[in-house]
Amino acid sequence: MSAYLIRRVITSIIVILGVSIVIFFLLHLIYPSPAQDVLGPKATTASINAWNKEHGFDRPWIVQYLSYLGNALHGNLGYSYKLNQSVAALLNERWARSLYLSGMSLLLSVLIAIPLGIYQAVRRNSLSDNAVTTAAFVLYAMPVFFLALILIQIFALSLHIFSFEASQSTSVLRVMGDWHSMTLPIATLTLINVAGYSRYMRSSAMDALAQDYIKAARAKGLPERLVLLRHLVRNASLPMVTLVGLSIPVLLAGNLITEQVFNFQGLGLLFFNSLNNVDYNVLIAYTLIGAALVVVGNLVADIALTVADPRIRLA
Amino acid sequence: MTNIASPVLGPLGAARAPEGGEVGPVQSGWRLAVREFASNRLAVLGLAVIAFFLVFCFIGPVLYHGQTVNTNLLTTDLPPGAGHPLGTTDEGFDELALLMRGGQAALEVAFLAAAFGVVLGSIWGAVAGLVGGVVDSVMMRIVDIFLSIPILFVVLIIAVRYGASVLSLGLIIGGYYWLVPARLVRGEVLTLRTRDFVSAARVAGAGRWRLIGRHLIPNALGVMIVNVTFNVADAILLVAALGYLGFGLQYPTQDWGDMLSKGAASMQNGYWWLVYPVGACIVLVVLACNLVGDALRDSFDIRLRRR
Repeated sequence: MSAYLIRRVITSIIVILGVSIVIFFLLHLIYPSPAQDVLGPKATTASINAWNKEHGFDRPWIVQYLSYLGNALHGNLGYSYKLNQSVAALLNERWARSLYLSGMSLLLSVLIAIPLGIYQAVRRNSLSDNAVTTAAFVLYAMPVFFLALILIQIFALSLHIFSFEASQSTSVLRVMGDWHSMTLPIATLTLINVAGYSRYMRSSAMDALAQDYIKAARAKGLPERLVLLRHLVRNASLPMVTLVGLSIPVLLAGNLITEQVFNFQGLGLLFFNSLNNVDYNVLIAYTLIGAALVVVGNLVADIALTVADPRIRLA
Repeated sequence: MTNIASPVLGPLGAARAPEGGEVGPVQSGWRLAVREFASNRLAVLGLAVIAFFLVFCFIGPVLYHGQTVNTNLLTTDLPPGAGHPLGTTDEGFDELALLMRGGQAALEVAFLAAAFGVVLGSIWGAVAGLVGGVVDSVMMRIVDIFLSIPILFVVLIIAVRYGASVLSLGLIIGGYYWLVPARLVRGEVLTLRTRDFVSAARVAGAGRWRLIGRHLIPNALGVMIVNVTFNVADAILLVAALGYLGFGLQYPTQDWGDMLSKGAASMQNGYWWLVYPVGACIVLVVLACNLVGDALRDSFDIRLRRR
């Protein structure tokens, strides 16, 4: 078990290092230096060269990478020349808001998808199962922003129940309490996630239903409700652990688009604005953080699975 | 590593595998696959929807000439009616003609990306699987590394810097879509290498290229086609997202995502025809590809095949 864990953690660190090299190299090719953006379009070649020398952008990219990595490990992610603030401070201001939006949607979608999938598996091929499957297929094919627009049209513009703009408060606690403006963004991300999760949950529950321990539980006279609650839920939910771990890239992308549609001042919107501003250091920092989250997500899912399912430890 | 049902490939319960002894009429795998596919009504419907959109987007503009290039201030924001079946935009463009043009670009990018990805990925995966050893490990770790990069971020950064065209977007997205096929084809090659018919061919004196051309590729083709179908769906959503965020295909090329974002701006005026038709097009195409992909996966998968 611990040998497996150590091996898994070491591979993850290697992958994160590899990812950071690839991303840094790629961005270096695209934006060798922010000098032009900092000094303006009229800057002379000489002043650009001087600026590059002063800020270390004239060194080979691998040297720049190593110094970036060293700084990043000390919490220094560079400086946003557009917003005149350190990138770390910018991220620090916003991460909690994004975490709330994504975390809440993730939690809700798991809490909805698990019972929904089990219900579908138990009532398979019934009218309600088919209705849910159809809805899930359509939502799965729907762009996040289109779903957001439909929800805005119905619940904000027509019915006036919720706000079409997310909370603009800088305090996370305020944001969390503001249901009027946070329901639609959270609902958008939740619905998209549920569409993906419930399909897998349904098939996983159908597999679990065919297992012998379910037959045994029924044979000993356990009421069906308890068979489902005690035996089916826990076993059928195991694939969800892997699935949630694998869905971090989708969550990040969904988060970016949702924050843009609802004008929510989180990390996704920061990235979007940095694209328009060509704010190099923010772009690279958030891309690297995103990649690290993907690797860590997979790692955590694998570890969680070994904890939840002792059979895996043998592998 | 995990011995549970794969979340990517769906449950492949071993209980459903044929237990041996059943002797059916001998038929080629491809014919069986086609029959299996044709018996899935949703999949046939999906295929019909894709065929419709191919005709709509590629032959449609030849038959239906609507204004998509020159602004006409006399025909702005007209509701659907005579002359403009789906109304006009705030620039006086014909929405139906825009839908055709936008779909054309989206499908071109998607097919280019998926095709590029599957070719590159198959070569990568086949080489890794056939060579094996350290080369295999290194090649597959590279795949792991690239898979951890959030694609939307990178595509956005590249699109901002270099601008997006059908060719550039197709290649950039395809530059990400080779990863999964590489894994699939490597897996397929590894299992195929040990199969009896491959050993038999080798014993019969088949050379390396004959093995690859006559045995490995035809057998791995199933997974590859399934992958292409899902990637087309994925790419259409990605292109639409880029367009919606404002970094997609640029005028005079039309982009469904961009159309939707412009339509959204006039939603408060009640111009529904600028939002729902284009949204429905995206959903329909993606949905159709997913249905076809699901059905293809089932029909190529021998273990799920009904006898």
